[in-house]
Amino acid sequence: MSDIKFTRALADPDHALKPAGRPGPLGKPLVLANDGLPEEEKAWFCDAYPTASGPYKGILENFLNWARSKSLWILGFGTGCGAIELRPLMTSRFDMYRFGIQPRPTPRQSSVFVIGGYASVKTLKRIVRSYEQMMGPKFVVALGSCTINGGMYWDSYNTINAIEHYIPVDVYIAGCMPRPEALLAGFKELQRKIRRGECEGAVKYAENFEWYKANQKKVIHDWNMPDYNY
Amino acid sequence: MEPSIPLRIAYAFASLAVITVYGLLLIGSMARISAKVQGRVGQPVWQPFIDIVKSSGKRNSISHGVMFWLGPVFRLAGGVGTYMFVPAVLGSVVFQNFSMSGDLLLVMYFIFFGQLGMALGASEGGHPYSAIGVSRGLAQMTAFEVPFALSIISIAVQYGTLDITKIVMAQQGGFLNWTLFTNPLAVVAAMIAFLGMSGHNPFSVVIAPQEIPIGPPTEYQSNLLGMLQTNRAVFNGAKLVLYMNLFFGGATNVPVMVVKTFLIYFVNIFVGQAFPRFRTDQAIRFFLGVPTLIGIAAVVLFAF
Ligand code: SF4
Repeated sequence: MSDIKFTRALADPDHALKPAGRPGPLGKPLVLANDGLPEEEKAWFCDAYPTASGPYKGILENFLNWARSKSLWILGFGTGCGAIELRPLMTSRFDMYRFGIQPRPTPRQSSVFVIGGYASVKTLKRIVRSYEQMMGPKFVVALGSCTINGGMYWDSYNTINAIEHYIPVDVYIAGCMPRPEALLAGFKELQRKIRRGECEGAVKYAENFEWYKANQKKVIHDWNMPDYNY
Repeated sequence: MEPSIPLRIAYAFASLAVITVYGLLLIGSMARISAKVQGRVGQPVWQPFIDIVKSSGKRNSISHGVMFWLGPVFRLAGGVGTYMFVPAVLGSVVFQNFSMSGDLLLVMYFIFFGQLGMALGASEGGHPYSAIGVSRGLAQMTAFEVPFALSIISIAVQYGTLDITKIVMAQQGGFLNWTLFTNPLAVVAAMIAFLGMSGHNPFSVVIAPQEIPIGPPTEYQSNLLGMLQTNRAVFNGAKLVLYMNLFFGGATNVPVMVVKTFLIYFVNIFVGQAFPRFRTDQAIRFFLGVPTLIGIAAVVLFAF
């Protein structure tokens, strides 16, 4: 786990007001609950922990990793100002399709989640929901200094600082904002990492689910969604 | 000599495998051609294969119930069914499929069976965008079916049969015997319906890749999505082979089949790259206008 300490939410555990029935401080076991939801909606959502499937080894897995790296479907969800740099990738000047990268508008089918810059708390909620709805193995590319340490929004009242405290990140692309060339370089790096079998973010998320969930709940005060959005 | 039943089943599988690979290559090459038109390099021709491997190799998947799971199965059954009752290559033992066992009506039924099954399955997913996609898809399908059915009626009257093999036989002996030249109105109506059936521009609002996330299959993922992608290839191949048989004189060997189906599919890209997208209501009005009139003219011409 990263030891970045400057996220205010983490440095100050009492930063979040904990509603009744919410999990205790970091490390304590978390009871998965859908208690933010109205009674009639509870049955609609998953009430189980994510299970870690993988990492696997062997020839088949190497082949699948190769296929995964050659078929990256980006979740079309622009979260910050950096998302504007994703669009040129589709144009004839940069043409990401030649690397097997294409946009996919639904989290169910996409395999790469691009965090396009700063994430406000409100957006973080949607990021978490979308990330959990993606099918593993799933990869996260975070662009812009805002995702790394908060960037110029470091002391903003309403943005989170380090995205990797909330969801696992595979590749960071630094810059404010990174140019499309940098994005392509980042995607190439992601492909190399996938082929080496190093992108097991979904497994990491499942194994450290309590830690991630506690971090998320610390900043998201109006938690009116299931704990795990299956 | 009639081949034995096990042999025919083996041939059917071989034929199906060939059309799947061909269909995927066709989708890949058409994407590549579109990219060239837009001044891009474009994805590799084999990208659809990689996508299917990737989708099927996902580690987890979710289901929303039995119907949700059955949707892609119905869709695949529709694709395979359409293909199995059309002779892909006339007179070839391997590629004639089971064309002597079914006629045009059965094939038409299979074309729409898959769509309806998919509509049921997608609705089970509960996603509002699936429902919007399904309603758009069914509305558009109802509209393009009118010119398509009129054109089928016209050629049924023209040849006096619904048996696809007989229709192909009647077109042999020179390209002037093709339906394209003997009944051009029916071909025009059917080709316009074909644009709607293939879902390329200007009739791509059903899948609408950006606005209505991917249309009916919004909730489909992993191996179910892999199944849908495979079916897309089979179904495309089946439709192309059907069109080739009905309107363009069929094929007596595989290279001719490949060239003809490629050119028929190319019409989609040709139109799709030149025209922007219709809204659903515009598409419906379009299909019920001139193409329907052309279809009626084709029927009237041969019925009286
Ligand atoms: S890093 Fe710069 S460009 Fe990117 S989201 Fe932050 S402020 Fe915007």
